[in-house]
Amino acid sequence: MGDLRTYGQIAWLWIRAAWQYPTSFVLLAVGNGLITGLDFVGLWIMFSHLRDLAGFTLHEVALLYGSASLALAVADTAIGSVERIGTYIRTGRLDQMMTKPVPLLVQVCADQFTLRRLGRLTQAAVVFGWACTYVDWTPLRVLVAVSMLVSGALLFFGLFVGFSCIQFWTTDATEFANAFTYGGATVTQYPLSIFPREVMVGLTFVIPVAFVNWYPCLYLLGRSDPFGSPDALQFASPVAGILTMVAALLVWRTGVRHYTSTGS
Amino acid sequence: MSRPTDGPLIDVRDLERTFDVRRRVEGRRRRVREQVVAVHDLTFSVDAGEMVGYIGPNGAGKSTTIKMLTGILVPSGGEVRVGGLDPSRQRVDLARRIGVVFGQRSTLWWDLPLRDSFELLQKMYRIPPARYRENLDRFVDLLDLGAQLDTPVRQLSLGQRMRGDITAALLHDPEVIYLDEPTIGLDVVSKGRLREFLRALNAERGTTLLLTTHDLQDIEALCDRVIVIDHGTSVYDGSLAGLHAQGGSRRTLVVDLVDEAPPIDVPGAEVRTVEGPRQWLSFPSDASAAPIVAAVAAAYDVADLSIQEPDIEDVIRDLYSRGA
Repeated sequence: MGDLRTYGQIAWLWIRAAWQYPTSFVLLAVGNGLITGLDFVGLWIMFSHLRDLAGFTLHEVALLYGSASLALAVADTAIGSVERIGTYIRTGRLDQMMTKPVPLLVQVCADQFTLRRLGRLTQAAVVFGWACTYVDWTPLRVLVAVSMLVSGALLFFGLFVGFSCIQFWTTDATEFANAFTYGGATVTQYPLSIFPREVMVGLTFVIPVAFVNWYPCLYLLGRSDPFGSPDALQFASPVAGILTMVAALLVWRTGVRHYTSTGS
Repeated sequence: MSRPTDGPLIDVRDLERTFDVRRRVEGRRRRVREQVVAVHDLTFSVDAGEMVGYIGPNGAGKSTTIKMLTGILVPSGGEVRVGGLDPSRQRVDLARRIGVVFGQRSTLWWDLPLRDSFELLQKMYRIPPARYRENLDRFVDLLDLGAQLDTPVRQLSLGQRMRGDITAALLHDPEVIYLDEPTIGLDVVSKGRLREFLRALNAERGTTLLLTTHDLQDIEALCDRVIVIDHGTSVYDGSLAGLHAQGGSRRTLVVDLVDEAPPIDVPGAEVRTVEGPRQWLSFPSDASAAPIVAAVAAAYDVADLSIQEPDIEDVIRDLYSRGA
């Protein structure tokens, strides 16, 4: 808990520092919002030619898009610099961090904390909010929706941390890692039923991004899985989120141990 | 915070560190794995309050040792204890009690003003606000950083940045501070001021200091004790004066003759160089200069005489070459 407080304090100092240049801060956030906003405009244009995408209407796709985008924005904001550990290793910054009395992961995530994703966050929240008005809400659906957002953020957090750890072994693996992290994130913006079954299985059990939005959204929309997977999966997002986190933390520890034993 | 009262603060015993290096070998497709020994059979201890110079040529194992003392690297063998803690296992606990300055790499945040960097450290080390203000005021005053507090680190001069880094390493009242090349690239005035500050810190707070440097004047100004490391192992550990004796160091008598002459021939000294009427005679440090001076004065027409004390760099160079 103390570490979380330290994380908050470090993050706050970075926000305060960024606010020294308010114009650039605002431009960055707005720019980020506009760029990600174009994503959704793309979907919108697509739907002006199509009635549905693999059986999903615009507002259903908006629910999928909004929830995944929201989870991604939260995770992306929280992890900050983790994808830069390769650079930290090369420049010796990691060594510096290791001489500070704060767990390394906390320091790496809080370092250079920035709200540049504020734009994406806002845009995702707006799309998600709009899509929510089409959902037929029940108390259980509210619960599933909330747990979906939390688990989704955990999942992306875990993926980012886990894949960044490759850099402990080879410091130039950012692009490779991005294929899985941002790649996984892009995939979740569409109904997964557009993909063949094999891809679907991979997105459930290997890179489990299907739990970020697909399964819980099926429940929110009262649909059954076009692939016929068990309904229980629609409630399994928290399990997937926690498992991914645990796996990522284990990989992180192994990575740090590798670093301290090789020093490369 | 528990501080053991007995035993040395830093205790290094039979320390080993090897690295796996992959090397390309001609005629072979895959790179060959090789073991390189960075630190071998290293034993030393440092008591609280000591100021120790840790010197050696490039690649001797200085940085590797510091990394093992701070917990950044796990030793391959042997034992390290700092303040009773095992650095690599208790790295985070140890971090609260030590300060580290890597001379060539700043710990400060490039884009933040100095003041913000210090504040970040206050949060990380959870320094009580009153203590933080007291230390900050004091170090800023002693190191003359007041005017730079609101300047982003990237705009600071090298000397200002170094003083900032040293302040950063001391805000949490560490028991021991490791300084890796702290005066590298500084001008003479900055160097002098920094040394003065470190001496005062040690005298007033009893902060233990381990200094790695190439600048032997740092050592002469600060350290009562020197550990010389070469090829990963300690080749000398003792006083600076002892190092002179150990190295079999020699003093130099510079003789200015009235006229040019063949090399001077007196017992107990030999001529190193002749340049016109000036000659350089070398003799052992522990021998008296008086009889030599007398002999030269008796046999030659002398215009002037001076004696040069041995250069520690020569002494250490001598030590390295014998070790190799």
